[in-house]
Amino acid sequence: MRRVAVAGVGFIPIKEYWDRSLQDLFAEAALKAVRDAGGTEVDSVYVSNMSGSLMQDQINLGALVADSLGKPGLPAVRVEAGTASGGVAFHEAVKAVASGYSDCVLVGGVEKMSDVLPEVATTAMVMSEEQEYTAYTGVTQAGLSAMLHRLYLDLYAEPAEVGMMAVKGHDHSVGCKHAQYPFRMSIDRAMDSPMEADPIHTMECSGVGDGAAALVLVPAGESGVEVAGSAVATDCCSLTTRNDPLVFDAVKRAAEKAYRMAKVKPGDVDLAEVHDDFTIDGVLSLEALGLAKQGEAAKLVAGNATDKDGKIPVNTFGGLKARGHPLGATGLYQVAEVTLQLRGAAGDHQVPGAEVGLAQSMGGVASVSAVNILRRFGK
Amino acid sequence: MSVPRYWRNEVPRYRLMGRICKACGARYFPAKPVCTCGNAGFEDYKLSEAGEVVTWTVIRSPPLGYERYAPYVVALIELDDGMRLLSQVVDVDPAEVRAGMRVEAVFRKVREDGPSGIIQYGYKFRPVVE
Amino acid sequence: MRTLRQVGIVGYGAYVPMYRLNAAEINRMWGTSGAPVEEKSVVALDEDTVTISVECAKQAVKRAGIDPYQIGAVYVGTESKPYAVKPSGTIVAEAIGATPSVSTADYEFACKAGTEAMQTCIGLVGSGMQRYAMAIGADTAQGRPADALEYTAACGGAAFIFAERSAETVAYVEASYSYVTDTPDFWRRPKEMYPRHGNRFTGEPAYFKHITGATKGLLQETGYKPEDFKYAVFHQPNTKFPITVARSLGFSIDQINPGLVVGKVGNTYAGSSPMGLAATLDVAEPEERIFMVSYGSGGGSDAFIFTTQEALKDKRGGPKLGSYIDRKKNVDYATYLRHRGQIIQ
Repeated sequence: MRRVAVAGVGFIPIKEYWDRSLQDLFAEAALKAVRDAGGTEVDSVYVSNMSGSLMQDQINLGALVADSLGKPGLPAVRVEAGTASGGVAFHEAVKAVASGYSDCVLVGGVEKMSDVLPEVATTAMVMSEEQEYTAYTGVTQAGLSAMLHRLYLDLYAEPAEVGMMAVKGHDHSVGCKHAQYPFRMSIDRAMDSPMEADPIHTMECSGVGDGAAALVLVPAGESGVEVAGSAVATDCCSLTTRNDPLVFDAVKRAAEKAYRMAKVKPGDVDLAEVHDDFTIDGVLSLEALGLAKQGEAAKLVAGNATDKDGKIPVNTFGGLKARGHPLGATGLYQVAEVTLQLRGAAGDHQVPGAEVGLAQSMGGVASVSAVNILRRFGK
Repeated sequence: MSVPRYWRNEVPRYRLMGRICKACGARYFPAKPVCTCGNAGFEDYKLSEAGEVVTWTVIRSPPLGYERYAPYVVALIELDDGMRLLSQVVDVDPAEVRAGMRVEAVFRKVREDGPSGIIQYGYKFRPVVE
Repeated sequence: MRTLRQVGIVGYGAYVPMYRLNAAEINRMWGTSGAPVEEKSVVALDEDTVTISVECAKQAVKRAGIDPYQIGAVYVGTESKPYAVKPSGTIVAEAIGATPSVSTADYEFACKAGTEAMQTCIGLVGSGMQRYAMAIGADTAQGRPADALEYTAACGGAAFIFAERSAETVAYVEASYSYVTDTPDFWRRPKEMYPRHGNRFTGEPAYFKHITGATKGLLQETGYKPEDFKYAVFHQPNTKFPITVARSLGFSIDQINPGLVVGKVGNTYAGSSPMGLAATLDVAEPEERIFMVSYGSGGGSDAFIFTTQEALKDKRGGPKLGSYIDRKKNVDYATYLRHRGQIIQ
């Protein structure tokens, strides 16, 4: 297997793009990534998108984006794994280059949530769950995480400690040009906001936005940012059959495999982009990644350990809450941000001397997860 | 909502009927085609109709089809036979739901496919009535 | 009417939803001052005649201690069936596990649809056609806003499983009688949301005439007199009518009291006298005779004579109707409208 490197990244600010289509957004991010990669000739495309079939009535996105990039004929396919689509698509692209099958892969994620009403977006998100016995209860994605949040509060932490996951994200998004909410948010603001699904407050949930992020992957050269480890894993879809609902086994399995591939331990990670669609998901992800012991992540976050200048900086551009969470594109924003960090190109968000960065993406209530570990190499 | 989809889930939903693996005895609700032991042969298994709340939430922004019912409680319930399931908890003020609360299965409307579509029923749970 | 072989009730169940709208709240809304009942029952957002029927049916099956697969008929009597075309009975039969070897249909005869179902089940079992047959009377009655019947149109039901009389039955049927004429006292056309009624015409020419006719018919046929009964159950559209008709026929307040649930739950229409019978069975001792007469607008009455048996003491476990009546939460008028689906969303 060849070593794979990130040759280029490109992404657009996350906001509402009323006048632009899925193809428009994808193309903008893709062109930026290709330009950033020095204008290389892409030989295949992976598109990451979660809900285009519901929100735009659009499937077969591979063909659509290849065509809209002026390259009908390119091998292209859409990858979908709920909100883990981005991380999983990246993993697929890595495999294509690592195996030698492809030499220059464009992997981009795009989502246009603003095309639909909020209740449709809510419905889109719970489509990741088993439909006949989970979704049929009328539960939402927020509701499932809320049940875990309640268990966590009973055992390990105070509401405000878990809430700090969102507050710290906002601390990191200040000045970020591509963030949806580039401003601070106080813990009071979060805790005073109305309940979304008790005990989760609205301001602990990522918002609805449009976005696109793309990367170009090539065989690793002399220096740059390589993919040190990449893995995908799943877990029982339903909370009802999990051994310990507070342990995200899918994240744990993917992380263990990725750490093994990269030959690193959690302590070697210099920064992590984690999936905080709801504060509790970010907290439990940190624990499953081995970046905090079980039951301790909320307190860790509420302290200073995950600040930009802390022991393990987390969500350095704002994470899902403050940078934004355009569903299928999110996982690729995470990898792109890790890449910028490892290149030393993160501006005010820079983690000094970052060498190893981790991006964790997950779908459903952690029924699928992708963990991608990148490393600076050479020069 | 697809009529065949609704219809084929009637017996499990109406009667809390799961499946038990003939090879290893693992119980499933809902049924799965293949057991984790690798076997694909099952028998009917009737779940308990009473249990207790493990954890719960209150849904305030419902998905499509559930608007008329919000706010409503959804809980992770552990039945007396050890099986767990997700279900709404009804006939109770959301503020009064507690972990450990004893609940029993009831047959209720879940959603309607508009004024002219089919009515979809299923199990929910309520605090036990003595 | 008597059957070729004796028929008994092998299991019964009854249910009333937990919400209540009291008369004072209706008066607050409309500036009126009536109180034909203290309060009436209101369904939860997710209840309807089918869910109420299933609740009653499951309790009946549990108390009967029989395999539901053996039930050969499920008849639901109601005037508020959720589908105009599609039987409530099939959903109930599927829910309790009586399918597929079962006969089902929905009956309509206003407030006596449940007792019509009982007559049929008695016939099926009495003839030997079926081993077990279940009759359910249940309703989520629609009350026209600001109409006199709004105070009383309520929700509830009861189910009875009939079987050949044996040591397992909790009461057996001595005889029954039906008295029916065409009397348009209360009706609803298909596209109308609420029924219409003849106000005072619903009294003497309707309720009183038919209950009296059925009572006299059955007593004459069997030779019994009112004092031969420990209990009497009459259709309960409000608190006053059953007391008045009881007195006029020679029955006492003591006889009807155990079955008189209307003051606390309102008129549950097809569930009314069936629930009265269930409430009576909940407190009766073995070897006691019960006289029951329903009334359904349109109009007609079904009269029955039951005699309780030893098995009654052991087959009324679980919540009695009184427990459901005591389990209550009062709602305001707006919440009542919401629960009845009368707010356009």
